[in-house]
Amino acid sequence: MQMPTPILAAKNLVKRYGRVTALDHCDFELYPGEVLAVIGDNGAGKSSLIKAISGAVIPEEGEIYLEGERINFSSPLDAREHGIETVYQQLAMSPALSIADNMFMGRELLKPGIRGKLFRQLDRPGMEKFAREKLSELGLMTIQNIRQAVETLSGGQRQGVAVARAAAFGSKVIILDEPTAALGVKESRRVLELILEVKSRGIPIVLISHNMPHVFEVADRIHIHRLGKRLCVIRPEDYNMNDAVAFMTGAKESPQLAQAV
Amino acid sequence: MSKTDLKGQDYESVLANANQAVAVFQHRRSSFAHRLQHALHVNPSIVPLIVLGLSIVVFGVLLGSKFLSPFALTLILQQVQIVGIIAAAQSLVILTAGIDLSVGAIMVLSSVVMGQFTFRYGIPVPISILCGLLCGTLCGFINGVLVSRVKLPPFIVTLGMWQIVLATNFLYSANESIRAQDIEAHAPLLQFFGTKFSLGGAVFTVGVVFMIALVLVLTYALRHTAWGRHVYAVGDDKEAAKLSGVKTDRVLISVYMLSGLICAFAGWAMIGRIGSVSPTAGQLANIESITAVVIGGISLFGGRGSILGALFGALIVGVFTLGLRLLGADAQWTYLLIGVLIIGAVAVDQWIRKVSV
Repeated sequence: MQMPTPILAAKNLVKRYGRVTALDHCDFELYPGEVLAVIGDNGAGKSSLIKAISGAVIPEEGEIYLEGERINFSSPLDAREHGIETVYQQLAMSPALSIADNMFMGRELLKPGIRGKLFRQLDRPGMEKFAREKLSELGLMTIQNIRQAVETLSGGQRQGVAVARAAAFGSKVIILDEPTAALGVKESRRVLELILEVKSRGIPIVLISHNMPHVFEVADRIHIHRLGKRLCVIRPEDYNMNDAVAFMTGAKESPQLAQAV
Repeated sequence: MSKTDLKGQDYESVLANANQAVAVFQHRRSSFAHRLQHALHVNPSIVPLIVLGLSIVVFGVLLGSKFLSPFALTLILQQVQIVGIIAAAQSLVILTAGIDLSVGAIMVLSSVVMGQFTFRYGIPVPISILCGLLCGTLCGFINGVLVSRVKLPPFIVTLGMWQIVLATNFLYSANESIRAQDIEAHAPLLQFFGTKFSLGGAVFTVGVVFMIALVLVLTYALRHTAWGRHVYAVGDDKEAAKLSGVKTDRVLISVYMLSGLICAFAGWAMIGRIGSVSPTAGQLANIESITAVVIGGISLFGGRGSILGALFGALIVGVFTLGLRLLGADAQWTYLLIGVLIIGAVAVDQWIRKVSV
């Protein structure tokens, strides 16, 4: 089976925090149009891996390739400009600002003509229209007022806005770090549907989660991370959750050749 | 498949029958207190505006036309112009969750640079003024770099800069003033901000007009430009702003530089107000500006409040000062009431914040 080139790949990533090695010659591949889940114990280095490929952390060694081309991100902004959007666990929103302001943070639209060019005036109606469209597109229009401050939203709604922001602007890759950790059953379901909707638009997703049923439901492949490196990649149809947990915790010998692609 | 596995698998099946109505966002809190709280949350400068209106009415009733004359009311504007301009600079810094204790010192040093460059070196006045403005901006730049790149707390940075700038000011000026008559004779442009013109009985100065224009321009920039939104975002949650793509270091440096520039303009306005260039003037400007900002409803924790509020705050202090003086009260009453207002303003700020809970 001939696979296309990975859209995002990493080779031999190394990252140390003092005497702690978080990434130990770790590899990573994400193929076009897939949902790749990354699972692993606490402290296995999942977050460091994600941060390295989203530009939040600069690895000491190793290479990162986007669509086959070598790239070096020096900040999350860099990665964003390359079409990689990340939803962080802490959501990264400014509570006092409105939903529209938050969605466009760092890439505001300016009014056309002299009001935008000379007076740098924001195109509020345009931004609000776009934000409303994106939220309803993702079935999140339970929000009454696009101008309301983010701090007046519930945890699930904030999560929804964060995912909508990533889905709206992520043109190549979307990375979701524990998107369902703070959510109730129904809201989690909504986010999982969101993930599948985004996938159906052809955008690949990296999903970091501790929730095995969620991972097994939406993932096409599962990257199991252990002790700072990729232990193996499995397909959810080949193994069950018990196997995955056993590999991840070292209770069972990993299938060395199961580099499912 | 084990039993527990099965148990875990189908818990979402009941979602099909879930009550969809729950998803409707219902947020109609009708009590007056809640609506007021929400209105204040959206528009935090209403409180100082109400206090300002009330205090004008109260002093108007007590003092009659002595206070309510155009002359007296515009006198208040003239008296608060320096604090008003400095408060605008202070507001910007406080919106980013910082504080600038060096505003007064930067103001004085800039005015001394303008005066000494003109009189000591014989540099043409416009160039001296430009140098003074650059000096203020440079001081702000140093503050900004230390806060954003070296990551020192703003309180410590500006506490240090306050001493450094003030000492530089005394060393450089050799503690000598430049007399008002000399400035009037040789460099009237330095007193430009003191130029008076009257409309009816009301007397305005260029400095007053500048203060109001400055506040309006900054209000526009903060509300309607990306830079303004970034200032709020940095003050609200700096890490979040950074992760969502704001160049936080640049925003911080730009804010401190702008604050320094505005302080330098305040130094120029101060020459217009007192006539002379004095290295000992404006010693209380930092405390007075923080007072105006806090009474104006800007949160010291950053990210909340409007610069219009700071102008109202400065005017409230001006109204109390003039009103109580005209009443013949001991000046200490002014300080006592201002103290009460500060504590009251912060209490209101805390209450407004609860809107999110």
